[in-house]
Amino acid sequence: MDRKTLAAAFPATVPVLMGYLAIGMAFGLMLQTAGYGVGWALLMSLTIYAGSGQYLGVSLLATGAHLSQVAFLTLMINFRHLVYGLSMLEKFRGMGLRKFYMIFSLTDETYALLSAAKVPQGVDEHRYYFAVAMLDHSYWIAGSVLGSVLGSALGFDTTGVDFAMTALFLVIAVGQWKKAGSHLPALLGGGATLLSLLVVGAEDMLLPALGMIVILLTVLRRRLEEVPEKKEESLCR
Amino acid sequence: MPLSPVETLASIFVMAIVTFFTRALPFLLFDRGDHPPRIVLYLGKVLPPAIIAMLIIYCLKGVTFDTPAGWLPTLLAGGTAVGLHVWKGNDLLSIFGATVLYMVLVQAVFV
Repeated sequence: MDRKTLAAAFPATVPVLMGYLAIGMAFGLMLQTAGYGVGWALLMSLTIYAGSGQYLGVSLLATGAHLSQVAFLTLMINFRHLVYGLSMLEKFRGMGLRKFYMIFSLTDETYALLSAAKVPQGVDEHRYYFAVAMLDHSYWIAGSVLGSVLGSALGFDTTGVDFAMTALFLVIAVGQWKKAGSHLPALLGGGATLLSLLVVGAEDMLLPALGMIVILLTVLRRRLEEVPEKKEESLCR
Repeated sequence: MPLSPVETLASIFVMAIVTFFTRALPFLLFDRGDHPPRIVLYLGKVLPPAIIAMLIIYCLKGVTFDTPAGWLPTLLAGGTAVGLHVWKGNDLLSIFGATVLYMVLVQAVFV
């Protein structure tokens, strides 16, 4: 990874740096409390790399859950990632072996940064995406290791620093809102999730929300889809 | 620690594989040499704003309305993020400003 690309990608990832250090540290601390030391924190953050998934992982390990239960609950909590790749099919095309890493590291935050990415002039976009993904992953690993090692000995009160994640999503939403031809997808996404939160509650809100979003967007396709390119049209019809 | 080290390793391995699978499935299904179906490209294009909105609501799920401390810090800091961003359009300023405000509010004001 060359310095120029890293230097270009770093500013975009600073919000994730703040957020991942905070929630990564919380994870390391939780895992430590459950009896698993820094080696385990490192291994999990290196190989699983999922915020809410690893939080769940701590309780699965602590309760000695059966492997089938581990698989099922991990699938449920990460279900939303099933659709993230749909927006990245074109972006990751031609990335060769790096694509495996890009797919592996497609967290909520990296997805958000990549879908909003404004690659600076003179920087190769694939290298830029790769740098963003690697930086984010390294913050997550650093956070969980720090949390495990320092534990609650940390003097600085970090309560509330995880709001950086909410702020990041809000800022990206504002950017999308300004650029969007139609505000329907954003409104629909917020509305469906709010409805899901009120009806099913905070624990299981994401799966029904995601289902509603995909169904509604599919139903509204005719309204939302731009006029397709002529060449594609003749190929498909 | 009810699990042996080997059982722990197995659990972590399963979590890693399942997590990777959820992220890889769209690529396994639609990332062939030719172009993906139009409906897939369409969804890929319209999903991001809907997903970001979903994640925002998800981040706000812990908000309660029993006391002002349950919702006012989030409202003020969230409003600051949006306001700063509409006004200045600088990502870092908006995120940093809102986060610092939120930390001050939850640590020192609404305790």
